[in-house]
Amino acid sequence: MSADKFSNPVVRWIDHRLPIFTFMDHELNEYPTPKNLNYFWNFGSLAGISLVIMIVTGIVLAMSYTPHVDYAFQSVERIMRDVNHGWLLRYIHMNGASFFFIVVFIHIFRGLYYGSYKAPRELLWILGVLILLLMMATAFMGYVLPWGQMSFWGATVITNLFSAIPLVGDSIVTLLWGGFSVDNPTLNRFFALHYLMPFLIVGVVILHLVALHRFGSNNPIGIDPSGPQDTVPFHPYYTIKDFFGLSIFLTLFAAAIFFFPNFMGHPDNYIPANPMQTPAHIVPEWYFLPFYAILRAVPDKLGGVVAMFGAIAVLFILPWLDRSPIRSGNFRPIFRIFFWVFVVDCIALGYLGGMPAEGIYVVLSRVATAWYFLHFLAILPLLSVIETPRPLPQSLSKSVLGGNAMAGVASAVKEKVR
Amino acid sequence: MAKIQTLKQGDGSPNKGRRDFIVVASYAMAGIGLASVAWPLIDQMNPAADTLALASIEVDISKIEMGQSITVKWRGKPVFIRHRTETEITSAQSVQLSDLKDPQTDDERVTNPQFLVMLGVCTHLGCVPLGQKSGDVKGEYDGWFCPCHGSHYDSSGRIRKGPAPLNLEIPPYQFASDAVIKIG
Repeated sequence: MSADKFSNPVVRWIDHRLPIFTFMDHELNEYPTPKNLNYFWNFGSLAGISLVIMIVTGIVLAMSYTPHVDYAFQSVERIMRDVNHGWLLRYIHMNGASFFFIVVFIHIFRGLYYGSYKAPRELLWILGVLILLLMMATAFMGYVLPWGQMSFWGATVITNLFSAIPLVGDSIVTLLWGGFSVDNPTLNRFFALHYLMPFLIVGVVILHLVALHRFGSNNPIGIDPSGPQDTVPFHPYYTIKDFFGLSIFLTLFAAAIFFFPNFMGHPDNYIPANPMQTPAHIVPEWYFLPFYAILRAVPDKLGGVVAMFGAIAVLFILPWLDRSPIRSGNFRPIFRIFFWVFVVDCIALGYLGGMPAEGIYVVLSRVATAWYFLHFLAILPLLSVIETPRPLPQSLSKSVLGGNAMAGVASAVKEKVR
Repeated sequence: MAKIQTLKQGDGSPNKGRRDFIVVASYAMAGIGLASVAWPLIDQMNPAADTLALASIEVDISKIEMGQSITVKWRGKPVFIRHRTETEITSAQSVQLSDLKDPQTDDERVTNPQFLVMLGVCTHLGCVPLGQKSGDVKGEYDGWFCPCHGSHYDSSGRIRKGPAPLNLEIPPYQFASDAVIKIG
């Protein structure tokens, strides 16, 4: 691109000194993107937008929230009843957390199926897992802030996980609490950290995007674009597609906010925290249920905690567990079956995490937990060796347009338009 | 790039007008959408329902001796209520309007001349003037004096000297009975 690409002289003056417009043009406008991306590739931008929605509504909620054990619950009720549009802002924030996780989970499974974690995108994937970890910490601390029964007992149970660490466990828990139980100091620091962590997430997201733009998006075929004929400029093709996906996302989001805002929450959290009495069934938010099931499946305190954190940790080393050079699951007949079994396994873990820890549920949780780790530690490494992949197409264009003739037509059309 | 610009500008296309209409309509919709989302985010900073509900108070003034003042809190601000002496009332009523920076007669500022009710907030930059307690500096006009930037108010709370532009504000109030006033 030459220097005269911007007609506005002010833009040109700024861009010469601070090339922000060149940067935006390069990364958001002309950025070459594989032309065969399907709708699963919408979920990255949706996740980014969800993060922005959460930060914006979170900042305005913080203007009316009081992080004190005596006032927190009331201040949230005041937001719901008295603060102008407070109910709307809180319901957006509350359901936003769930929708953010829905979007991110789909985004992750997209990456798992299409092998988006494979070379040269290992760091991109690892940064993504880091974002997931930060999101989980942020969501957990946010759930504590309304200081309802579930807030309090969730905080108690989750912080007690650290007591499983040998020797220093109890000291660590005391440190986290700032006392001898979950109390005002705990609430105060959770509020401070809940406000901080989204901005850490923004930082990691920026690194995630830098890593993404280094080699560009993966695609459903999983082979690299062989040239300009395999890509289209990001704008207007993918901006429009992302906006279309966004409008559907926002429609569903609005439906949840306006018609069933408490569907994904737990009614017990509308009871003020009572340190003297634990609710009969205590469950985490739905997005933690699979991990909660793994925690409970292991009949040993330390073992359960290790397994739960291991379920995330194993994702960090995934690029080196799956050694198959074929990225896309479309060309891996056996992997494809195991992928869907794994999806079912994760959903089963989510279901089991919400059930009481007794009888058949315990047995099923153990089977599902074993399968979770078996998938990553045995099946994927084994498949990389024994599986015979289907033949890959020669180029993205051929897979899109089917055959040489059509590809020729496409490039001819492109030539003519130029 | 050439292709995109062609699409954007629509030159050479027979449907230029229609395409421009769609583009403008889309931007307009997006603008309306953004504005309607922005409004709740801004309006949440306005006073909440419970804050507005605290907007009026009742004060018993029967215990205030002549020459004594009390300060009550209304909407988070001090309200001065002074039971004025005859001397103060006379001097407040005898001032020429031409001597005043913010011309207002004493009658316009009181319901019952014995009781002066006004916001104890200096109209310059919001400090609380001195003059409520017997030992306070009352300024050159025997009323109130703001220590922040030296504004002098008279016994009717009118600005007489200093940087403040206006007289001390009179809040909306009425006598609920002889002994009780309702502010707000």
